[in-house]
Amino acid sequence: MSVGRQTGPASFFTRAADVDGMKLLLGIGGSDDSIRALEGTVDRAAETGDDLTVAILRNPATDADPEEIEARVQSVLDEIGVTATIRHLEGDPGSQLVELAERDGFDRIVLGGGETSPMGKIKLGGIAEFVLLNSHVSVTLVR
Amino acid sequence: MTTDRGYPDDPAGPFPTPPTTAEDREGRSITVRRYDPDRDREALEAMYDTFDPADRAQGIPPTGEDRIADWLDSITGDGTVNVVACHGDDIAGHATLVPDSDDTMVAAELAIFVLQAYQGAGIGTHLIETLLGAGEAAGVERVWLTVERWNEPAISLYEKVGFRASDTESFEHEMTIRLH
Repeated sequence: MSVGRQTGPASFFTRAADVDGMKLLLGIGGSDDSIRALEGTVDRAAETGDDLTVAILRNPATDADPEEIEARVQSVLDEIGVTATIRHLEGDPGSQLVELAERDGFDRIVLGGGETSPMGKIKLGGIAEFVLLNSHVSVTLVR
Repeated sequence: MTTDRGYPDDPAGPFPTPPTTAEDREGRSITVRRYDPDRDREALEAMYDTFDPADRAQGIPPTGEDRIADWLDSITGDGTVNVVACHGDDIAGHATLVPDSDDTMVAAELAIFVLQAYQGAGIGTHLIETLLGAGEAAGVERVWLTVERWNEPAISLYEKVGFRASDTESFEHEMTIRLH
């Protein structure tokens, strides 16, 4: 019987320290929730040793400049001391992200969990909606 | 998330201003009046504390006393419009207009909650019409809301009052109304 090895389905946020990190694909388009997802994911990767790839997307809902997003991603990585592969995805963000995750054998896609209105209602973004409905890879929305 | 939202060209209404009293379909006398923090805050917290989780919508109302208190602070704060539906001393429902953060009191988001025991008796329509009357009087020009697209009873209620669909492409069905 193995001891100290997690054998059940791995939970994203409660992983045993001796389990090898997962291969994570974080999609970021510059919205506030995607920035929070970046910070949360990099924080976790520092503890778990996740193999992190950050995909910078063109989110039609924001006018964020991809180069500025990349600078932001790099500064978060540097600050927390995590290395990650940074990629730029052109074209339709949701389908490009799903295709990359499936083609390159990622364990999980990570995305922002939606914007919150002044009322407190959560509104899911269009990229998250597409990815949730179409991805064969597990998806985590960061709240 | 407040840009590019389409509103009907013509104003709806007029709507009644609070207080309004009407008998609901169960024969109960229901008064909708302005929310008074000193008088109503405790009862409103209690209402949300007992709220059925199945009736939550897009994350609200939140759960837990502290989160409910924080949420009520923000949706009853400066610039908001709030009414409560009362049955005697009991609060049966609550409706609120929260102004868009990047705007003054010109555009506001609407939410309405009716306690389970009071649902299906016409109180929602009574509450929302009186809230819109209070909003109109406070100078609110446009009101928007989102509703889960499978929630047909809620969508019908909003349509009956004068809301029109403005975005049906997303997970959430967005509806708008013009008051002025």
